[in-house]
Amino acid sequence: MSFSFLKFRKIPLAWLLLTRQPLRLAVAIAGISFAGILMFMQLGFRDGLFDTSVTIHKLLDADLVLISPRSKSSISMSGFPKRRLIQTLAVEDVEKTAPVNLNYLLWRNPENLKTRSILALGFNPSDSLLLDEGFAKKAYKLRNPSRVLFDKLSRPEFGPIEQWFLSEKKVETEVAGKRVIVEGLVELGPSFGADGNLITSRETFLRLFPANPPGSIEIGLVKLKKGSDPELISRILNNSLPNDVRVLTKKQFIEFEKNYWKNSTAIGFIFSLGALMGFVVGCVVVYQILYSDVTDHLPEYATLLAMGYRLKSLFFVVAREGFLLALFGYLPAYFSGQILYSVIRSSTKLPIIMDADKTILIFVLVLVMCMGSAAVAMRKLVDADPAEIF
Amino acid sequence: MVKENNSINNFKNLKTVSINNLSHFYGKNENKKQVLNQVNLNIDKGELVLLKGPSGCGKTTLLTLIGALRTCQKGDLTVLNNQLNGASRKTRQILRRSIGMIFQGHNLLRCLTAEQNVQMGADLIKGLTYLQRREIARNWLSAVGLEEHHKKLPNDLSGGQKQRVAIARALSANPKLLLADEPTSALDSVTGREIVTLLRKLAKEQNCSVLMVTHDPRISDMADRILNMEDGKIYGAHSELI
Ligand SMILES: Nc1ncnc2c1ncn2[C@@H]1O[C@H](COP(=O)(O)OP(=O)(O)O)[C@@H](O)[C@H]1O
Ligand SMILES: [Mg+2]
Repeated sequence: MSFSFLKFRKIPLAWLLLTRQPLRLAVAIAGISFAGILMFMQLGFRDGLFDTSVTIHKLLDADLVLISPRSKSSISMSGFPKRRLIQTLAVEDVEKTAPVNLNYLLWRNPENLKTRSILALGFNPSDSLLLDEGFAKKAYKLRNPSRVLFDKLSRPEFGPIEQWFLSEKKVETEVAGKRVIVEGLVELGPSFGADGNLITSRETFLRLFPANPPGSIEIGLVKLKKGSDPELISRILNNSLPNDVRVLTKKQFIEFEKNYWKNSTAIGFIFSLGALMGFVVGCVVVYQILYSDVTDHLPEYATLLAMGYRLKSLFFVVAREGFLLALFGYLPAYFSGQILYSVIRSSTKLPIIMDADKTILIFVLVLVMCMGSAAVAMRKLVDADPAEIF
Repeated sequence: MVKENNSINNFKNLKTVSINNLSHFYGKNENKKQVLNQVNLNIDKGELVLLKGPSGCGKTTLLTLIGALRTCQKGDLTVLNNQLNGASRKTRQILRRSIGMIFQGHNLLRCLTAEQNVQMGADLIKGLTYLQRREIARNWLSAVGLEEHHKKLPNDLSGGQKQRVAIARALSANPKLLLADEPTSALDSVTGREIVTLLRKLAKEQNCSVLMVTHDPRISDMADRILNMEDGKIYGAHSELI
């Protein structure tokens, strides 16, 4: 019985029905791939856009983050007393802390002198702000007053800062009406909330933004000792600290920002709607192909019934056609998606990536699209009447 | 399942087809129209019976009833030891596997080669491997003289060749009964006679009964028995009535 599977092997009818009509198959594959690519693009943009809103959040060198309970997102951060951050040191697992100020300030483009709002972060240069190898060296230069690090991925409206800086031209401009010198470049990237970013010392930050209440910070970074459980410590701190501060794990802080953009904007809805349209287009294409396939071959299906084949096995033939179409259509969509993602990444800096979530989700959607359409097309098979073929 | 198979195989002492007072109607209420009127008919094992009669007299209807393609409404219809009056859909589907059918149009699957078409019949045999079933298909294709054309699609075959493939397909599942409805009507007379000669030879070899509807007077000499049908009634069904 070692070859018993051979007993179940049959003529691959579904495969032959599809492949013996290459033109129709090509149309079907093109339609399904198009639907798949549309879904990859829409969901890619959606996830990519949400990811840009947390580029800085992800880079922060922290296990826990303290924010004000009134803060809703990076575009509307409220302050809280800096001493709350110091209070966390009472918990043994806390290794060190870093206070950070965050606000939008007006940057003057040194080339055309126009001003534009830029997201400014202020921290103590001796603290560790970002999980970036070379950052500490750049941070050292911020010890001198009025020095800033400029995000070279900022939108071009801020001026040709990178170009000037690299050609060793001294880059000087104004932030909030006060003179600053660009001492270095960082790579963060624009987001929904900010077209550009700059990093400076808290001292300079407070000079640029004197209205900041004394002793108030927007973000408190907490680094825990190795082996500590951030979830547990955040719970302990939330219980012990007063209500004017909220303790999040870094992961929660990232979700907090993403959720704001997901819930308070139509971005998620718009792109999901776009993906849904791709899905609907795909359904229509697959249904048309399979329905006309069943209609065209109705006398042949009736012949099979007359020979003693079960109606159920004919359903399986159509279902298998749907499954094959899903595979044939998904693969080109997946590979085109990869290519388009890398084109978009390199041309827009949008962190759009082919992650497992999208790979699986869209495969499932394509499968549902094809099998669902096959199920509807199958109903036509009931019209195959073996009594009418003589 | 096993019971069904046994019942199909253990009909040795019985007729292949046995019909008593079979009537059939199309339509409902005032549109109701009687097509078969108290038909009586027996077909013995291995017998080749020709059924003749004017168009519209009910020949195809009788064939579809015997072929278990239609539900039997009134009278006794026993095919290969299965009473079809009141038989379930499942019983009829299983029974159809033991009946070969050859149609006026050949009804081959356009996307399959000649050999694959024949194998669709052989694939209904249980317990054989793919290669064994393919072997059976090849042998039947040789038996109808088409071994050289086994890779061709139906569109690349002539009318007579297609009908040969259909015969091979009908015989490949080891049927006990062959039903053919005007199998030569789409062919020229020489080819038509060739096809029926072949069909008769192969059926006799398998000891398979044949019921063939035909208008073609040139093949009458090949029948064991000829029946005439008119207005839903059969004449000459039992030798004593002739
Ligand atoms: N499905 C059907 N519904 C209604 N009337 C039918 C149907 N099939 C056949 N008939 C009618 O029944 C009669 C017998 O048809 P048929 O059995 O095809 O005759 P034959 O094969 O001898 O030409 C004809 O008058 C035909 O019009
Ligand atoms: Mg007819």
